Amino acid sequence: MINFAYSRAGDIADAVRWAAGDPRAKFIAGGTNLLDLMKENVERPARLIDITHLPLNTVEEAPGGGLKIGALVPNTDLAYHPLVEQRYPVLGLAILSGASQQLRNMASTGGNLLQRTRCMYFYDTATPCNKREPGAGCSALEGINKQHAILGASEACIATHPSDMCVALAALDATVHVRGPSGERSIAFTDFHRLPGKTPERDTNLGPAEIITAIELPPKGFARHYTYLKLRERLSYAFALVSVAAALEMDGETVREARVALGGVAHKPWRDPSAEALLNGRAATEANFEKAAEMLLRDAKGYGHNDFKIALARQAIVRALTQAARGTPQPVADKKIR
Amino acid sequence: MAQIAAASRPKSNTSAAPEKLTVRLTVNGERQELQLRAWTTLLDALRDHLDLTGTKKGCDHGQCGACTVLVDGRRINSCMTLAVMQEGREVTTIEGLAKDGRLHPLQEAFIEHDAFQCGYCTPGQICSAAGLLAEGKAKTADEVRELMSGNICRCGAYKNIVAAIMQVMNGDRT
Repeated sequence: MINFAYSRAGDIADAVRWAAGDPRAKFIAGGTNLLDLMKENVERPARLIDITHLPLNTVEEAPGGGLKIGALVPNTDLAYHPLVEQRYPVLGLAILSGASQQLRNMASTGGNLLQRTRCMYFYDTATPCNKREPGAGCSALEGINKQHAILGASEACIATHPSDMCVALAALDATVHVRGPSGERSIAFTDFHRLPGKTPERDTNLGPAEIITAIELPPKGFARHYTYLKLRERLSYAFALVSVAAALEMDGETVREARVALGGVAHKPWRDPSAEALLNGRAATEANFEKAAEMLLRDAKGYGHNDFKIALARQAIVRALTQAARGTPQPVADKKIR
Repeated sequence: MAQIAAASRPKSNTSAAPEKLTVRLTVNGERQELQLRAWTTLLDALRDHLDLTGTKKGCDHGQCGACTVLVDGRRINSCMTLAVMQEGREVTTIEGLAKDGRLHPLQEAFIEHDAFQCGYCTPGQICSAAGLLAEGKAKTADEVRELMSGNICRCGAYKNIVAAIMQVMNGDRT
């Protein structure tokens, strides 16, 4: 691994101040993605600021009925937290669909948002990549792009965001609380990650030396009608080709409110209010679910190896909405899609 | 800015140069004080500095699970964390599972079920299984398979690994 200096922050103000004073420093929490990238020579921080001792590891009820999740809460602790299991089960399901239990024990809530794409060209320093080296070119556009984006991509980058947790957080309309040199601010989850455009090197709208302190969930948890359906090349411990977080509020057979977020298809968790609007107030039928899927995928574009994702996503959306409407979420350990 | 402070006093340190840091760990019940570079992973600290080579380096990227150890009772990939970040914690490796000359029930069950061929993944499999039992989330064989998916066995001994774990989980005595 590369050499670097190490500092352990005792409070948030120190962490932010040190980061602001050293542009080549990076925060480290779980380290499961950052250390991997450092071993591959993709990330080369001159200093790691260890934030694992900051007091950001609690899950608390928020004023107004929501849930405030500290940025350092490990993925497993969050997935198995009683309030998440009872009120936001789609979040627990999404978390347990990603990585392995060892990694989930290490990985933090905030770090999950900040993990980088698993595009193999991003990882391979012998190939051009605009995300790793702006202006170098994108090797995936005409390369092996089976894992890559079908929505919201650009000529500069067709990478996908790899998280499962973030797909559920997008569906739940979470808020990201951050603190930086100029104080605290909140970012709507759907505004946190960016599309690649001409600046694929920027994954998020987090500013310099800003640190995620918490993720807040609104009161509405869709605990009765939800699913997280993840399709991948292995039955476990693989990144999504396509995943769908579906959450419905039902009134009998009618959808009162729908949330659909897609993973594995874009540079950020993909939501489309116009598709959700097609479902709101309508009967929970396969025909209506298909219309919503068409709307979500109306601008989908394949790049060769990933053309199959468009049809796969269409079917996954319909199936996920069907599971959610029935109240039969896909169990993590059950490999037969119901 | 003393180097020592980097590992011992969270409030007051910034280590300016990549010199050695003092890292204190309890490993298999024994207190250890090591002088390590910041970039030494927990895995390398165990193998190269404490001569505990039971924990294996497979992929070194958190993908294979051969390096699985327990930290404060929870299973993690020791290749994906810095030793200095585990300051003050209790680490249990495969060498620490047997007690008073008796193998851990998982070790006994792996032998009984012939749950390995080459054996390279076995320390990680057993430490991971110990973590799985402590978590108490798996009840069925399908759930064991799902929650053990972070441990790869290239010999393909999965069937017997699951059988061994199920036996211990269900408290079956031989």
